[in-house]
Amino acid sequence: MKQKALMALSALALLSFQTAPKKTASASAVNKSNAATPAKTTAGNAAVMERGKTVYLTQCLACHQVDGGGVPHLNAPLDGATAVTGKDKAKLITIVIKGLKGVELDGEFYSNAMAPHPEMTDQQIADVLTYIRNSWSNKASAVTAAEVKAVRAKIK
Amino acid sequence: MKNNFLLSLSLLAVFSACAQQPGDNPGVYSPEKSAVPKPAGLVADADNAGLKLPAGFGAIKVADGIGRARHIVVTQQGDIYVKLMRAVDGKGVLKLHDNNGDGKSDATTGFGNYGGTGIAIKNGYLYASSDEEVFRYKLDAKGDVIAPLQPEKIISGLINRRQHESKSIALDNNGNIYVNIGAYSNSCQERDRQTGSMGMKPCPILDSAGGIWQFKADKLNQTYGDGVRYATGLRNVVGLDWNSQANQLFVMQHGRDDLHNIFPALYTEQENADLPAETMYALKKGDNAGWPYIYYDPFKNKKIQSPEYGGDGKKEGSSEYVDPVVAFPAHMAPNGLLFYTGNMFPAKYKNGAFIAFHGSWNRAPLPQEGYYVAFVPFENGKPSGKWEVFANGFAGIEVVTGTRGAQHRPCGLAQGPDGSLYVSDDVKGTIYRIIYTGK
Repeated sequence: MKQKALMALSALALLSFQTAPKKTASASAVNKSNAATPAKTTAGNAAVMERGKTVYLTQCLACHQVDGGGVPHLNAPLDGATAVTGKDKAKLITIVIKGLKGVELDGEFYSNAMAPHPEMTDQQIADVLTYIRNSWSNKASAVTAAEVKAVRAKIK
Repeated sequence: MKNNFLLSLSLLAVFSACAQQPGDNPGVYSPEKSAVPKPAGLVADADNAGLKLPAGFGAIKVADGIGRARHIVVTQQGDIYVKLMRAVDGKGVLKLHDNNGDGKSDATTGFGNYGGTGIAIKNGYLYASSDEEVFRYKLDAKGDVIAPLQPEKIISGLINRRQHESKSIALDNNGNIYVNIGAYSNSCQERDRQTGSMGMKPCPILDSAGGIWQFKADKLNQTYGDGVRYATGLRNVVGLDWNSQANQLFVMQHGRDDLHNIFPALYTEQENADLPAETMYALKKGDNAGWPYIYYDPFKNKKIQSPEYGGDGKKEGSSEYVDPVVAFPAHMAPNGLLFYTGNMFPAKYKNGAFIAFHGSWNRAPLPQEGYYVAFVPFENGKPSGKWEVFANGFAGIEVVTGTRGAQHRPCGLAQGPDGSLYVSDDVKGTIYRIIYTGK
């Protein structure tokens, strides 16, 4: 138990290491107002990102890795992936709930199956999708629990 | 000194025809011995191509950016054939040629519009595999493919469900070719990689995959019915080689993933990172290595019943399954295996096994492992000492936390006619040549 907590901590440290340089870079950017804009308009609040990170650590990190880079040929990357930052939030929500048997993404095939996660709550799915859409180099609009609920109702 | 070297080189060339690349017909290549690049003229790159090597060894970056280089083989003339995972400009097999003997490739040609992994040379033929088929091409006296557009199709119709789809190949000295057909599953669960999903009984995948199949090396148009399931219960083998001393096939299995994700109550994240072993097997016809029913625990040195089949992390697996001859740390993904029969390296390396570990991902959130070439000493066809890291530094970073961060990942291994060891990388498409220059 203690070990697991420690590990989660070190994973958190790694995660923040991945995101930290970007914050520094944007803070030192010439156009500070521009750099600050995406966080306000897209990421929602810090609490959502924190909750999303917690879900990411337990549900996603093993395959998609600490840097969101996935594993070449095996597990799809989230960082920089068009399908992750794209407008089709319903597709993302469906993937989390129903899983995938391998996927073609940005011209590459990723062969490992992704397990479905129907047990996750609407809020957890919204949080983690908001998190992956706004971590690493990604910047995209938040996903809400209401959006997840609507998609879940349709695919049942 | 130089004369001695040349003398030993020509002796080596004669010797190597039977010992180094078993089965390469000496007669075919004899006129070309003088064309072998001379080790005396080789100089390692100042930075050893970015690699960390034992004292006395050096490395040359032969080529870079050639595509996703999977397995490789070197002709008696020193040319390198590379099998690409995905064809580049319609060429899935590349030939790298060194014009001036400095070890660097000067000319790249190619053919074969298919991706794949396996490549080998035997009895004057180049064999190459897609993810469903095995082809062969006759070589001329210079080691060139005579008719690159008219390969003979040796095997076809092998199962490819885009998971563990590589068809790696090895040939024995008795006219047989061995093909790995990987299981299209992690642990044969009813629902692949799902938490709590139990294993299918019996695992139906084993009928057509999850093992090594044996075919005739010179018979055209074979498929499952013409082959023999030589060994089963092997989840996925990418690195395999025929050991001529033991007269036996050796394979490296990729062990299963996700013990923690699938059974969080039975395995911690730490245990998931450490289990199961990546395993080397010395196979006999009919052997069963036990996947998916068991895995090998390198700490207990025991076969353990898989949790998908009633295991609890402690219950021992059935003794009907063969034991590995070497157990390595988990998840390191052994993609290349080569028994070294050359004379360039010091005596301890003779007949030993080099293993290219592609590097892990399933150890997360712990740091990843592998991304190096390891060595196991052998005597009389059996491991005779502990394994050690031989060539490291491929990843270009000290600690790999996310797999994408690794700049190079070792995949294929080959031995040159002078005894150089070649390593391929399927991230950036780099070919390394490791030489021994110590005394």
